[in-house]
Amino acid sequence: MDWVFENRAHIASLTLAHLGLSLPAILLAFVLSLPVAIAANRVRPLREVIVSGTGLLYAVPSLPLFIVLPVLLGTGVRDRANVIVALVLFGMALMVRSAADAFDSVPAEARLSATAQGYSRWGRFWAVDLPLAAGPLLAGLRVVSVSTISLVTVSAVLGVQSLGSLFTDGFQRGIVPSIVSGVVITALLALVLDLLLSALGRFAMPWLRTGERSPR
Amino acid sequence: MGIEFDHVGKTYPDGTQAVRGFSLSIPSHSTTVLLGSSGCGKTTLLRMVNRMVDPTEGRVLVDGEDLADAAPVALRRRIGYVMQNSGLLPHRRVIDNIATVPRLNGVGRREARERAFELLSVVGLGESLARRFPGQLSGGQQQRVGVARALAGDPNILLMDEPFGAVDPLVRMELQAEMRRIQTELRKTVLFVTHDVDEALALGDQIVVLRAGGVVAQAGTPREIVESPADEFVERFFGAGAERRTLRARPRPEGGWSVSDGAGRPVGVLDSPPPAESA
Amino acid sequence: MSYPAEALDLLLDPAVWGGADGLGARTLEHLGYSLLAVGLSAAIALPLGFAVGHFGRGRNVVVASSGVVRALPTLGLLTLVALFTGLGLLAPMVALVVLAVPSVLAGAYAGIESVDPRTVDAARAQGMSRWQVLTTVQIPLGLPLIVGGIRLATLQVVGTAILAAYVGAGGLGAPLFLGLRTYDYPLLLAASAVVILLALVLDLAFEIAQRLLRRLPGLR
Repeated sequence: MDWVFENRAHIASLTLAHLGLSLPAILLAFVLSLPVAIAANRVRPLREVIVSGTGLLYAVPSLPLFIVLPVLLGTGVRDRANVIVALVLFGMALMVRSAADAFDSVPAEARLSATAQGYSRWGRFWAVDLPLAAGPLLAGLRVVSVSTISLVTVSAVLGVQSLGSLFTDGFQRGIVPSIVSGVVITALLALVLDLLLSALGRFAMPWLRTGERSPR
Repeated sequence: MGIEFDHVGKTYPDGTQAVRGFSLSIPSHSTTVLLGSSGCGKTTLLRMVNRMVDPTEGRVLVDGEDLADAAPVALRRRIGYVMQNSGLLPHRRVIDNIATVPRLNGVGRREARERAFELLSVVGLGESLARRFPGQLSGGQQQRVGVARALAGDPNILLMDEPFGAVDPLVRMELQAEMRRIQTELRKTVLFVTHDVDEALALGDQIVVLRAGGVVAQAGTPREIVESPADEFVERFFGAGAERRTLRARPRPEGGWSVSDGAGRPVGVLDSPPPAESA
Repeated sequence: MSYPAEALDLLLDPAVWGGADGLGARTLEHLGYSLLAVGLSAAIALPLGFAVGHFGRGRNVVVASSGVVRALPTLGLLTLVALFTGLGLLAPMVALVVLAVPSVLAGAYAGIESVDPRTVDAARAQGMSRWQVLTTVQIPLGLPLIVGGIRLATLQVVGTAILAAYVGAGGLGAPLFLGLRTYDYPLLLAASAVVILLALVLDLAFEIAQRLLRRLPGLR
């Protein structure tokens, strides 16, 4: 505890750096996945190609991607932009499939009746598709956010500053509290963000507030 | 002997009382139909016989043996069970689905399959269907396989939970006819649950009309119930007091008699005139 | 010559692959670590997941604790355990198993739960014991999702097993970290490429396995 207290300023700045890498990555992955998913659903023959294609990105291990990307992008290995791009790609690998499935889960009758009532395509998207797909979309976003927060730490191995630096420093200098505080704070960040997203969902989607699943 | 319900009750942990104080004696080698609307506890009663549900009060006896003392798994292997959505194992071929219970009872694969092939023809299916998977059959065919599977262990008792409820009316009538034929041959003790009055009349040797909570409104032969319903509830259930079953026969110009219901809608034709006593 | 071209040259050089320290040995080592970790986590998570799915109890506890475990950063766990166990394979194994367990677990109980309850009810009514219902009905019918969980876990583990070298174990992380420390970018790229390729090959193997499973009638 003493170590944590003495280094609180350092820990705080690492936490901010961590959020600075992960939040933009999560947001971008989510926003970019939506049009890709919609396009995939529209052009039916391409759906499997697009969805599996982005899903394959997930098969690419994180650390090598952190290393390969800068070579391809021409940025430095320790460049923060490089880390964010890699994280966005990972996020999209998870999110495109979730989003495509989410939009697919909108009942055809609901869309049909909306069209029958005179919604335009664009209007129907905002009034029907998006709200009805919102539940599974949010579930996908929550998975992406937890995984991204955890993935960021790996970049510390390359020397990028984040809560992961508490692991690499702590390991090299044999400071157990450094690693423990890093693990705890990273896990807390992930859980807090998850709770926030879940609360946001409950607030924005009152029709999904059905309480617990009914037992089998 | 047969099946005996002795002051049986079922209260679920959440306090719902599905059945209370139900007593009934079901004779062997005949078909008893439990008839009632949904929620009357008829399925609960049926499932007590193979201990898929255990009563919270009273006892159920089969041939004088209290089922509370019977091991559930062994009991189920000697009682046939047919349910509404066939419940066939989707990953097993028709022939292996039928052979399920003999295989569970330790019969060799070959022997079990041979028996299963016989049953295919008992339920009126061709051997060509044996190698199919349930998903490749029509609803009516699946139900036939379900009946064959229930018969495979050569049980004395056959429990049928709305087995023909999900197929279309024509197929349902076909299946009911088939069931009557099988029953005249095999003479099992059949307990049959339905909410369909016509099905109860078509199949039951004994019909038990249930109110909510498994209360017996009337028990008797189809004739007894149709001709003298015990009370207004049974009367309404059968539509006996209403126009539906108050039939009139009029001579037809072409010969025979034309029959219509109370509202004057035609329901059928009689070849021979009604006997003098009921005219 | 550009880094990618140099890396390709490296990969095409047989000398790089041979020997105790060569890419070939490292690849096998990497594969071995990954399979061991996935195997261990399957041994832990499959029985637990089957039990949760079959009995329908403890689901909330399992989901909540999986959430917490998933939030644990692997690198943190790895370095923490390594400080106590010293350099070697134990720390990476602990970290990789912790990484893989939630995915296998989720696939296992989701697979069991995905089976139509009416089918399970009918199987029980025919006189199958609980064990028979689980092994002959629920597990075979839930197989696509169960395998899906193992697939996801395998991908996560193969990618993350690189970190084993960070605490002194072997695998493809060894040449990768060597390249990183010595600014030998071609070596670093080459090692990365092999890991990526290994992951893709394993993923493809799973894809084929799952397609074959889906082709079995009755399994969607």
